Amino acid sequence: MISRRTFIPRSDLPVAAARPGSGAAGDRSPKEPETATRRDVIAAQGPDAVAMTLTVNGIARMFEAEPRVTLAEALRGALALTGTKIACNRGTCSSCTVWLDGTPIVSCMILAVDVGNRAVTTIEGLIRDGNLHPAQAAFIGHDAIQCGFCTPGMVMSCAALLDRDPRPTRDAVLAAISGHLCRCGTYPHVVAATLAASEEAKS
Amino acid sequence: MTGDPGKRGERLPFGIMGAGLATIERRIPNEEPPPLPPNPDLRVIGRNVPRQNGREKVTGAIRYTGDIALQGMLHARILRSTVPSARVLNVDLEAALCHLGVRAAITLAHPGNRVTEYVRYVGMPIAALAAVSPEAAAEALALIRIDMQKLPFVTDMDGAQTASAPHVFAPDVAPNGHPSGFPAPADLPLRGNVRGPTVERRGDVGYGFSTADVIVEGKYRTHVQTHCCMETHGIVADWRDDGLTVYISTQFTAGIRRELADAFGLRLAQVRVIVDGMGGGFGSKSTLGRYGWIAVALSREAHAPVRLILSRAEEQVDSGNRPETSQQLKIGARRDGTLTAIALSSCGSAGVGLGAGVGDMASSLYTCPNFESTHTDVFVNAGPGCAMRAPGNVPGAFSLEQSIDELAEQLGFDPLALRDRIDPSPVRREERRIGALRFDWHRKRRRTGAPGPIKRGVGVAQSHWGAYVQLDSACEVRLMRDGSVEVLSGVQDIGTGITTVLAQTVAEVFGLEARDIVVRIGDTDFPAGPPSYGSRTTASITPPARTAAWHVLQALFRAAGPLLGTMPAKLVARDGFIMAGHDPAKRLRFSDVCADLRTDSISAIASRQDDYGGFGRQYGNAATAQRDLGGVQFAEVTVDTETGVIFVERVLAVHDCGRPMNPLQIESQVHGGVLMGLSFALFEHRVLDPRTGHVLNPNLEAYKFAGARDAPAIEVIVLQNYQASSATDAYGIAEPSIIPTAPAIANAVYNATGVRLRTTPMTPAVVLSALGRRPKAEASS
Repeated sequence: MISRRTFIPRSDLPVAAARPGSGAAGDRSPKEPETATRRDVIAAQGPDAVAMTLTVNGIARMFEAEPRVTLAEALRGALALTGTKIACNRGTCSSCTVWLDGTPIVSCMILAVDVGNRAVTTIEGLIRDGNLHPAQAAFIGHDAIQCGFCTPGMVMSCAALLDRDPRPTRDAVLAAISGHLCRCGTYPHVVAATLAASEEAKS
Repeated sequence: MTGDPGKRGERLPFGIMGAGLATIERRIPNEEPPPLPPNPDLRVIGRNVPRQNGREKVTGAIRYTGDIALQGMLHARILRSTVPSARVLNVDLEAALCHLGVRAAITLAHPGNRVTEYVRYVGMPIAALAAVSPEAAAEALALIRIDMQKLPFVTDMDGAQTASAPHVFAPDVAPNGHPSGFPAPADLPLRGNVRGPTVERRGDVGYGFSTADVIVEGKYRTHVQTHCCMETHGIVADWRDDGLTVYISTQFTAGIRRELADAFGLRLAQVRVIVDGMGGGFGSKSTLGRYGWIAVALSREAHAPVRLILSRAEEQVDSGNRPETSQQLKIGARRDGTLTAIALSSCGSAGVGLGAGVGDMASSLYTCPNFESTHTDVFVNAGPGCAMRAPGNVPGAFSLEQSIDELAEQLGFDPLALRDRIDPSPVRREERRIGALRFDWHRKRRRTGAPGPIKRGVGVAQSHWGAYVQLDSACEVRLMRDGSVEVLSGVQDIGTGITTVLAQTVAEVFGLEARDIVVRIGDTDFPAGPPSYGSRTTASITPPARTAAWHVLQALFRAAGPLLGTMPAKLVARDGFIMAGHDPAKRLRFSDVCADLRTDSISAIASRQDDYGGFGRQYGNAATAQRDLGGVQFAEVTVDTETGVIFVERVLAVHDCGRPMNPLQIESQVHGGVLMGLSFALFEHRVLDPRTGHVLNPNLEAYKFAGARDAPAIEVIVLQNYQASSATDAYGIAEPSIIPTAPAIANAVYNATGVRLRTTPMTPAVVLSALGRRPKAEASS
């Protein structure tokens, strides 16, 4: 599989010496564009947008995007599903967590073209028939939310845990959210909420 | 004495619930509502009402700035310096402008301009452009040509103070004063890279130390902490001929509007600033910032909306940070514990910015007749610092509260007993008492060391923060003919929950539930609200909200009086009804009374009045209440003396914030304060490479902050501390809750190991070298 890192040899921090993205342009001396013509620059562009299909929240959706676009970017951009958040864009913080065939993954670390026909579930797809997932309801009840930016990702991981293990231990909850970063400090309430949601599942 | 005819006498609750709550007479303005009784007598305020926008947040429906997409919107990127110091000789945008996707490009470093032609840190903006897609913007950015003459630079605070250090600024272009909401004095001398000193003095410290029986002295060092907002800084700017609209992740909509009007020559009425979802600020989103200006300038240039969202790397390098500090603190005391003198000498570096002071902990927390402090700011070639959650007092507490712990030991006092002796605050006294009982402090303190490598200890430290109020805070309350209620203000909800607290405040007045109230905030089309910094939002905006609602209710009573055959003054609003106070059977549904309104809606606007008993201090549009905000935290830690790992098992946080409006949300904020304080104490360290000036960890994996498994068991106790000061008597909690955490942990580590750690972060390497188990750690930048 093409990894994003090998596909896009670019720094997250744009720098004066950075080179264009890929292909022939990568071989060019950085000094050369001083005399660039419009034609040269067009040649420096990457591959055009291509048609893709993703099955998101149960619906197959076709759209056009460049092959270098990650799943997170495709969801937020072409598909306008902005509930999925990008906070680090390199797989550290788990804010962009969605489900791929029911398993939580960080959507910034997979290219949209690599998803294939696996089913994507986003935070927007977690509501069933207008009802919140028990994890979502518990997050509200226990105030497991502050600024809310990490919340969709946290909810996706906690909901997936509850779906596969309705009675998780405290340690299992900590394991489920151990890759999630929250700067407001919601962790204690997230753990309490998830355990409480499992209590409700028991009764 | 009748006093001001515009005021009336009222008796208000005063004191701590459960510890001598009484009432006090105040003269309050006639336009202000009647006194609010203590929380147990209220129905909505003081209750754990669920977050008003909770459903939007758990479903991902709430819109953050980066979720805003406007028709024809362009995507901006900033070209940043890769060298820490240089003179820019030429910026060539031509090739970038040839890129078919590019719509506008601007130069930020202007060769020949004495101020802007210099690059002073890695990551400093040099040029920017806007293109039709993020991908096109990234491609085009690489086509900008920069010619620079590299200059010598300095990145470490100690090196920058030497005579041979290169100067970060020429004296006439150096920053003067500090714009980030935390003022630094203007017009101080600048020698090389050293600005100041600022000196604060009372009494005579020389005399004070001469009368001391015991003197403790220590040198403390705290390192740069970055805000790490999960939502990076971002803006969508929409410049039109008839005015400017910006969507921006900000802590202060009204302030951003003023900055934009000033910067772009617009009238205030031509600028609209909007924020809905806001993914954390912690001080770093208080002002427009360079990036904000860039997006607006590009939008003006391109005649199109422009979105600019910083990448994580940009965020970590150039969106502000908590400055590093070095502090020499000396305290003298008599055998009975009385302090005789405190002398503090500090320097700090906010990179190319100012405001690296260490706050007012040493000068204000304890009674001491003789005090002297000197502080200097040191410029280095690094990204600018800015206010960060309890600026100054976080590093200031780390030194002061460890020194007091040290003093207590030398005097043979329990740390709490010494504080009982020297802390004049009756509120913290009660917090220490309650906390000691709940924590089982005295028994845990007596515990003798266990055998084996894992040592266990407990420590305590205190908080002090001004109870800030923003005076130019206003709020409108509208009542509709169908009984629906709207609250409107420019104030923004940065995650603290002010949306919910406003709904509670207004619901209480109308006898409704919080969920009945529609709260529309974060938009300068509404009355100007306070900033969400300085822990001042609740104190500033809830009193005008209650006052405005009360005025609307009086108008409704005037309509209801004839319907119920009762004098309007005799009516009360409760449980969804308007009823006669003396005869609850005479009642009408709230919504039925509203249906009888002459107009579709009635409304009132109110602004923040002075505290009823007067302010402690007032400066411009801000003031502090007479009493400070306190707080006492207890920590229990284990220290593995073989690996050097500190684990914080438990933190008990006892705090006060006037009248607690929503205890569950307050608990959430205190969790955040404790975790950010713990993270500052143990993990966080922005690392600069002294050879290149680059930040080596501009990300969230090498820059470590606390995760779920690092969180201790946190217990929160919040006093009801009535101050009879405003229509709601509520104050903030965000900053007081971070101040004592790091020193409480350090004191616990000392209790566990007998070794005092005076440097943050207290990493395993620091612990092991302090224990003599490895060579001293290299001095780091």
